[in-house]
This record gives sequence, structure tokens and C-alpha cells, in this order.
Amino acid sequence: MPARVVVLGGGVGGTLVANLLKKELKADATVTVVDATGMHLYQPGFLYVALDQANALWLTRDERTLLRRDVELVVEKATKIDPLAQTVALERGAPIPYDYLVLATGSRLDREAVPGYDGAHDFYSLDGSLRLREELRRFKGGRVLVGVAGIPYKCPPAPVEFVLMLDEYLRRRGIREKSSVTLLSPLNRAFTIESASKLVQPIFDRQGVGLQTFFNVESVDTRTGTVTSIEGEEAEYDLLVLVPPHRGSPVIETSGLGGQGGWIPTNRETLQHNAHERIFAIGDATDLPISKSGSTAHFEAPVVASRIASLVRGTAPKTAYQGRVMCFLETGGGRATSLRFDYAHPPVPPQPSRLWHWAKWAFNRAYWITVPQGRVG
Amino acid sequence: MTTTEAIITRSIDARGMACPGPLLNLIGAIRGGQVGDVFEVISSDAGSRTDIPAWTAKAKHELVSVIEEDGYARFIVRKAR
Repeated sequence: MPARVVVLGGGVGGTLVANLLKKELKADATVTVVDATGMHLYQPGFLYVALDQANALWLTRDERTLLRRDVELVVEKATKIDPLAQTVALERGAPIPYDYLVLATGSRLDREAVPGYDGAHDFYSLDGSLRLREELRRFKGGRVLVGVAGIPYKCPPAPVEFVLMLDEYLRRRGIREKSSVTLLSPLNRAFTIESASKLVQPIFDRQGVGLQTFFNVESVDTRTGTVTSIEGEEAEYDLLVLVPPHRGSPVIETSGLGGQGGWIPTNRETLQHNAHERIFAIGDATDLPISKSGSTAHFEAPVVASRIASLVRGTAPKTAYQGRVMCFLETGGGRATSLRFDYAHPPVPPQPSRLWHWAKWAFNRAYWITVPQGRVG
Repeated sequence: MTTTEAIITRSIDARGMACPGPLLNLIGAIRGGQVGDVFEVISSDAGSRTDIPAWTAKAKHELVSVIEEDGYARFIVRKAR
């Protein structure tokens, strides 16, 4: 009888692991992806939509078209996982039994966790990006603050990219001189990776982009247009853009499989749940202190697929996750840099150039035909 | 197990994790924790030796101890407010 592998979540991690596993195991396993919407969202595109550089239509595809034909797709909301019975309960259909389960359930935005958040904009959802795009089109100049309202959050470089690209956007609109742009950084520099921070600081200085450090947003007062930090400071805005707080998926919390924030306790090398060896976790859903990004999920997926294949075949595991992540960082003016690192090798970002900007753009355009099928790695 | 380890609410092993990095992980843990919780962050990043004490002081939490190990350090921080 073939092994039954169930993958919860049809994002980049879930889609890639399902395709790789079925390709590897063929008739030795059935692979079923359970996804609540059946639509795959390319989230790195939100930034470009918010800043009027891309059409939102580009960001979604039917998940069915991204999966191998021999991978089953169930468009249903998973409501509870029972790790002892090895079943996944669904909102409408019968529970699905599994031999191995991959939790690729991602993260969700928890805007309610920050008092006054409804006075802020964001580029962390399609709706949020479209609303921000409209607000920016109407914007006539003023004080713009860009901050972070919760940790962890997806794509740590995104706020830096946003302020530098916003600077360029306001210049193009001819309203930069009537505006100030300030990044409220959670840390004592612009970006967490010191070498990358040193590359972007001169760009902040040259472009007149402000930086307020150690400012972790706690609450917003929409009446006075003031934002307060957990460090006890205040800043005033005319337009506020905040990275919303993130949490793990409700099904993880309901099933008692998550820790603080609903993140899944995960082994940093095997990517197995710390308490359940038949359950693997991937991407944003884990509690690993590593970037929550499509890139992380992308590099974790082959490890999970390979380790499950080894378990199904009763052979020794051949791979372990080494912390590999690769991402681009837009620095404005049509330039970008890249960050590549793993547990053993810290990143050494190159000087921002047009080459990396075009590499990012080419990757964005080629995503649909490369990443879900595992054609890049 | 020492007395210090016995009271740790949560330990975060951020060794070799350049992004988001040890301090951002500590801030996240403190944001999600209760007053009195004690967090341990294990970091192999040399910058943590200045960054973590600087933020802890600025945000008015308590740096309980810094324990130097071979090639890394353990930072013990109590959420004070």
C-alpha cells in the first residue's frame, strides 16, 4: 500500500514539497495538498503593487496549475490535526488520514494585536497593498513613517526596500520635497544584517531618508496621528505604513501543535516537529529563528521531501537543512543587492547594482514556471 | 542544570542565523511574553555583545547575565514591564 503524505498549505513550501515528493516516490506514495483557497499568491509582488509598479493580476494563479497532475488537491479548510490518530479534520469533508504530514501553513496577519492599527497601511496582503496604492496616489506630501508592529514578520528586508522605493516613487510624483520619509527600525541600525546595513546607510543619507532606531511599534493613536514604541518613544505621521504582527495558523494553535505565537517547534536540521516524528514543518510556520520568506521555504522543501522519501523507503536520511536562504534587497533607483547565507556562512552582500535589480525582476517573472516545480535550487 | 537555566521561560538558539538575527528574535520573544518571563538567546554573532545589552537597557528590561561559551554567548534577559 502506498504511503499517504498530506501537505497542509499551498504556498511556495507546500507546493514545492508536494511536487518533489511525488516525483521522487511515484507509486510508492499518494500526495495530497489541502489548501483553504486553492489560489497561490506570489507575496513578494505586494511591494510592487503598493508602489504602482505591477498589476495585481500577476500575483495569483490557480494552485491546481502549479501541482503535478498526480498530486491531489483538496480545496478545504483544515480545522484540526490529531497527531495520535494521524488525521486532519476538514471543515466540510471527511477527515484525511496520513502516514506523514507536512505543515506548510504559513503565517497570518494579526492586526488586532496592535491598538489603533486600523489607522495604518500595509503591503503585507493583497487588499492592504491595493489600499496603500490608492492612498499613495492621493498623497500630496507630508510625514511618512514606515515601521514594524510585531516580530517575527515575513521578509525582514521589506521595510528597508519599501522606504527606498517610496523615496523614488515620491520623487517621480514630484512631491518628495514636500515629504519626509522615515524608517522606524526595530534595531539600532537600518537592517538586521550589519554588512547589508552598512551598504544601505549611505543611500539613506544621500536620499534624505530618516532613520529612527530601536523603535518597535506598540500602538497607534489615530486621533493625534501619533505612534508609540515599546521602548517608550513617540513619533508623528501623516501617512503610516506598518508591517502587521504575524501569528501561526489557527489550525496549529487549535491542534495544540504550536508554541508561543502559534509557531511550530521544529528541529533546525531535520525540520521535524519536536514532539511528533511523522510531522514536518516548513516555511513561515516553524518557530526557527530564521527568515520567514519564500526563499527559506524553497530551500527547506527538498530536505523535507528527501527525508520523507527516506522514511517511506526505510533508508537512511540523505540530507539535512543547513539554513540556506537567498534573497534580493531593492535599494531604490533601479538597483539591488543580494543576500546569501546559511548556518555556517554569514552573508557578504555585493554593492547595490542594476544587475541584481534585474535578477530580482527576472526571478519575479519566472517564478511560476521555475519555483513550484523545483527547477531552481 | 544550573539555577539560571531552571527558570528560563524559553530558549532561542539563534547561532548561525544571520536574518532576522538574535536581537530581533529576543525582541519578538519579549513582545509575546509575560512580565517576569526569562528568555535565553544563544548567539554566535559578535555584534550581539553590544546590540543586546543596548536594546535591553533602552527598553528597560533586565539583562540577567551574559555567559561566554566557546564561540558563542548566552544572553539571559527578564521581561521587566
